[in-house]
Amino acid sequence: MNMVNKLFLAVATVMSVAVPATAQEAAMSLDARVNAIFSSSTGWFVNAIFASIPGTSFPWIVMWLVVGASVFTIYFAFVQFRYFGHAISLVKGDYSDPADAGEVSHFQALATALSGTVGLGNIAGVAVAVGIGGPGATFWMILAGLLGMASKFTECTLGVKYRNEYPDGTVSGGPMYYISKGFEELGLPGGKILAVLFSVFCILGALGGGNMFQANQAHAQITQITGDFPGWITGLIFASVVFAVIVGGIKSIAKVTEKVVPFMGILYVGAAAIVLIVNYDQIGWALGQIFAGAFTGLGVAGGFVGALIQGFRRAAFSNEAGVGSAAIAHSAVRTKEPITEGFVSLLEPLIDTVVICTMTALVIVISGQLLIDETTGNYLLNEGASAIATVGDTSGVALTSAAFGSAISWFPFVLAIAVILFAFSTMISWSYYGLKAWTYLFGEGKTTELIFKIIFCVFIVIGAAASLGPVIDFSDAAIFAMAVVNIFCLYFLMKVVRTELLSYTGRLKSGEIKKFTH
Amino acid sequence: MKLVIGLDGQSSGEKALDFAKGMAARVDSCELIVVYVIEWSPFSFQTAEENAQRHKRREEEISIAMERVLNPAVASLKEAGLTARAIVRHGDVADTIDEIAHQEGATQIIVARSGAGGLTSRIFGSSTANLVMHARVPVTVVA
Repeated sequence: MNMVNKLFLAVATVMSVAVPATAQEAAMSLDARVNAIFSSSTGWFVNAIFASIPGTSFPWIVMWLVVGASVFTIYFAFVQFRYFGHAISLVKGDYSDPADAGEVSHFQALATALSGTVGLGNIAGVAVAVGIGGPGATFWMILAGLLGMASKFTECTLGVKYRNEYPDGTVSGGPMYYISKGFEELGLPGGKILAVLFSVFCILGALGGGNMFQANQAHAQITQITGDFPGWITGLIFASVVFAVIVGGIKSIAKVTEKVVPFMGILYVGAAAIVLIVNYDQIGWALGQIFAGAFTGLGVAGGFVGALIQGFRRAAFSNEAGVGSAAIAHSAVRTKEPITEGFVSLLEPLIDTVVICTMTALVIVISGQLLIDETTGNYLLNEGASAIATVGDTSGVALTSAAFGSAISWFPFVLAIAVILFAFSTMISWSYYGLKAWTYLFGEGKTTELIFKIIFCVFIVIGAAASLGPVIDFSDAAIFAMAVVNIFCLYFLMKVVRTELLSYTGRLKSGEIKKFTH
Repeated sequence: MKLVIGLDGQSSGEKALDFAKGMAARVDSCELIVVYVIEWSPFSFQTAEENAQRHKRREEEISIAMERVLNPAVASLKEAGLTARAIVRHGDVADTIDEIAHQEGATQIIVARSGAGGLTSRIFGSSTANLVMHARVPVTVVA
């Protein structure tokens, strides 16, 4: 038995001893305790990130993301539309030299980044947005997705340009590398400090949105089918499997997930398409609700501003544009032109938000799960007036599940499997993002890496045991904190991207960069 | 004359090599290009960690293919007094061998008959069968 296996057993034993598995009551109180400690210790951080702009009810962080995405869109003159076709060509491999075959392709880098972002944000997050902000949130979500394409383009180009390539052939990239190296190159001060700050937030984001939120919603989905049981049990199972993959190096589990996750993604979109086709006569009405709700709110809490905030917030959480996480995933591609990976990455928010999130939203709106006041045409609010009243009082992933279930009765079971797999693949991706930030801070080495991986697994259990409210707030806050540092730095570094863009497009026009004939 | 010999690392490859030797011996000047293709698709799904290590793995795969398959083959051809060199590539086996033959301007491709069928080859066809059907130069399959 090797070292790693021994450690695996030791940790598993400690975990099972530390958790009193005897009585149901002890378990419930454990869940409650985890919840109380968690919300009291993270409250200040959440409040700071979601503080409103003085005199309004508008969180400054949402404004920050939208302004960032808009600045990049204008600065690069709508690059997401002008080079959309070129991005597709790159993914198809039209510009890949056959002699480089065997290296990470554009398609693979995109697929890997997508498997980290397509997940619960698209299923549970959209339900939260539509449940609180009404159908109108969808409009703002799509807009945020379209603008976010420019943010992704900027950060992923830099991710490839400033990555570290080690003598053994492995690579490490991401915001912490482009911030420190880029600032130094431009002669700007403070690059190191900002890179460290980003890394700290990235670790928190990995533990929050990339981990606890996933575990939490996976548990919620499982209890939908099995009935209620304590969250730490789900957490422990998830933690053991993730532990087996990231510490035990059991590649086969990750390999199976990789193959199954894209299939689940296609199945999910396919099912949504079937629901929409069956109810094609209602699509016009649903789109009407989305447009009307975007500007009037249709009676939801907070009116149209509420719809806008929810839309932008969930879009950012789902596609992570401007957050910097994708730059870590995309930086592994093999290309002589960093800008090409920027083009490819701009497809990500499009697939994630504009296509998949919108389909989820349409299914929820069409399903009639959101209750409407017949006389006014506005949405009814629930008891606390915090969200729209729904059939069976569902929210989050349960609402999506109910919406699909109303059209395809057996789909909640498929959705449950999809949610578990999505949660799992997102956890694996984020464990890598978090690890890269961790090793940036503490140096690469077996022991330091192991410490992070164990912390990561412990947080899975906490995430599954805590209730949705505090977890979702902390997850959002941590991920948005990454965006605060990342977008701030992108403003300084975007001129580097522009130089790359002008040089590349110039050579593309002159015919110096040609397609390879296959 | 220029011949492309496709090997798959199995013992049947010896027969293809012997056949090529025989052909080359009958003409004045003949260049032999021994090709090994590592089955790989740019459209597969990988984890972030695998991507980060991909370049390193690729180098390893190439050096293993050279050591175990190509270098011994080239050595045996050179021993027989022939001009030979090796190419190793990643990609779809049939497409890549055809592409190399086309680019090098080879007169013929020589490959060994693919091993025992199996379910996969019944459904998707073997690389050899695909090569025979789609190649732009004549293909000899050595049994």
